[in-house]
Amino acid sequence: MSKNNEVVKNAAGRKLVSADHILFEAPRTKHFMTGTEVVKEAVRRASVDASVSYPITPQSESAHLIGELWAEGHVGTYFRGENEFGVMSEVAGCAMAGVRVITTTSGPGTLRAIENFPMWSGTRMPTQLILMARGINSPLTIQPDNLEVAYLLETGCMIWHGENVQDLFDMIIAAFAVSEKTDVHVPIITVIDGFFVSHNREAVNLPPDDLSLTEYDPNTSPMPTIDAETPPGRFLRDPFVMKSNYISYATHASWQWEVKAAIERSRPYAKHYLKGLIDVFGDEDAQIALVTSGTAVSQARDAIRLLEEKEGIKAKVIKIKTIRPFPHSELLEAVKGVKNIFVPEYNIAGWLEKEIRSSLYNKSNADIFGGPRVAGGMTMPSEFIVDEILNHLKQGG
Amino acid sequence: MSHKIYQVNKEFRDIVPQEVLDLEDKATWHDPKRGVSDMTTKKELLEEHSLCAGCPEAMAIRYILASLPKPEDTIIVNSTGCTSLVFPHISLHTIHSLFGNQNAVASGLKRVLDKRFKDNKKDVVVLAGDGATADIGFDCTMHSFFRQENITTICFDNEVYANTGGQASGMTPKGAVFKMSPKGKEFKKIPMYDLAIQAGCHYVAMLTVSNPRRVAKVIKEAVVVAREVGPTYVHLHTPCILEIGLSANDALMEMKSKDKERFSFQKYQTPEAEALIADHKKKGLL
Repeated sequence: MSKNNEVVKNAAGRKLVSADHILFEAPRTKHFMTGTEVVKEAVRRASVDASVSYPITPQSESAHLIGELWAEGHVGTYFRGENEFGVMSEVAGCAMAGVRVITTTSGPGTLRAIENFPMWSGTRMPTQLILMARGINSPLTIQPDNLEVAYLLETGCMIWHGENVQDLFDMIIAAFAVSEKTDVHVPIITVIDGFFVSHNREAVNLPPDDLSLTEYDPNTSPMPTIDAETPPGRFLRDPFVMKSNYISYATHASWQWEVKAAIERSRPYAKHYLKGLIDVFGDEDAQIALVTSGTAVSQARDAIRLLEEKEGIKAKVIKIKTIRPFPHSELLEAVKGVKNIFVPEYNIAGWLEKEIRSSLYNKSNADIFGGPRVAGGMTMPSEFIVDEILNHLKQGG
Repeated sequence: MSHKIYQVNKEFRDIVPQEVLDLEDKATWHDPKRGVSDMTTKKELLEEHSLCAGCPEAMAIRYILASLPKPEDTIIVNSTGCTSLVFPHISLHTIHSLFGNQNAVASGLKRVLDKRFKDNKKDVVVLAGDGATADIGFDCTMHSFFRQENITTICFDNEVYANTGGQASGMTPKGAVFKMSPKGKEFKKIPMYDLAIQAGCHYVAMLTVSNPRRVAKVIKEAVVVAREVGPTYVHLHTPCILEIGLSANDALMEMKSKDKERFSFQKYQTPEAEALIADHKKKGLL
């Protein structure tokens, strides 16, 4: 709403409101939905201008539903591209032309597309990618596994990891709000674990559907929008590209540092819209902490309940919501007094364990155990987490 | 776009480089009659290109920029290769993002610009080499044709990967010895002209750049048809004089010899394209 309380509506007839209003002020009603369905509900309320899609399990249905929104007049541009490499470039073209863009992919599609992600961040476009993580070939797999996140950590994109359907809805709205800030303006990858969140039906609280996020303003971009409405972009008298001289190296290096700095500048905004970069559950004073992200948070929460009920051992769960930027100071604060850290993960690489180890190196004396870990589509029963913890403690960890 | 965007603030005229002042004072904007004859008297939209002396690709780019019908509303999408050495010297909005994705970027860009500027259609023109168009970017190129994107695709076919040091490309003729085809290229040149027609382009032309006026006419027609009808494809033979062992003065004669054989001027247009061009000519817009 504008300052004089005049109601401004978008092309689809929805009241335009702030992200704060959608996330914190608007009344919510309870629904029973899959993660896929909630993508549609978030996009419906996000004044998305363009989306390009390509089929790959498990994200296909969310891309269909964005297509339905387009057919109903809620999304400006939508089509199916030729493959994920093409799609991420088509999405880039849309963003360069100055509009809000969203797309979705999974597993092998992410890797097919990967050359585009550093291009997105280097071009400073606030594109949102919903990543419904699945395994990576070979052998062929379509099962849940978030190994692909390991490949995305240094792409210059912000990366958030949602635990459940509710997180997914809230993060999609918050992601636009944060990534479109002028001093941030880098892409954001909103990750959920495929199937566990995309296909699981859960209770989710949604704001009314007659409102929508304020539209993207291309004039707030730190880089000129490529629409021939700003002065022609011949801003380089001596182009630095591919030149072998110090100024070209320095230009490229500083450009990359600036992308990293932009991600750093997203911290206060992410903190506001996500209500903190981490959440802590369980006994604050526990000496055992399960530090984890995504679906593993739900399993870890159940595991600490079992641990206390059956073994009388107190533990806490530290839920990491933002992988880029990584919540270094929040994590350090949360593990004060902790003796044993466990990092449950749905991948074989242990990318979160590596992040945590490097973040806490020389700052915490806690023993860090990279596990329990499952991969290839396995589930992670809470009993299994408990067993792994007990085994490790028994071995003197 | 407003013509005023090219106006330099009066306060800054004493410190702004001369070539930028020239863009305001001496370039041709908002003039449907602009063309290659302006090149001797007006400010060109390419400044001090960094290609080899006598390079036909440099000639081609100069002719194209001189003949764009609406440069003030044109966005150039490039790819990697020798062309990527040129794009920072062009006084228009240009995009270089990745090697081979040019038609995909152009597709997204054009669709959104059409939504944002309903009353003033912007022209999106892809400039890419043969490797970018028909090897690494083949799927993106072809699918933009299949999808009937309103973009002009111009391929600079020098029949080799020149910028990386002379490797055979899909456009290299069969039997030619280059790096990566040390025994001679094993398969025929990719027939992009025919493929573009089959894929649904509404205007397809193949020519060398030996004749500037012919290049200008083709570019104007291709851009106008892309704006109003559908995808267009222009295949320009711009031989790499460096890689085929010619000197800077030889390029023109090399192209003139090819005019009589493999690259004799060919043009295809759909009835819709033909009607549009005739209509534009009648109105004095072409």
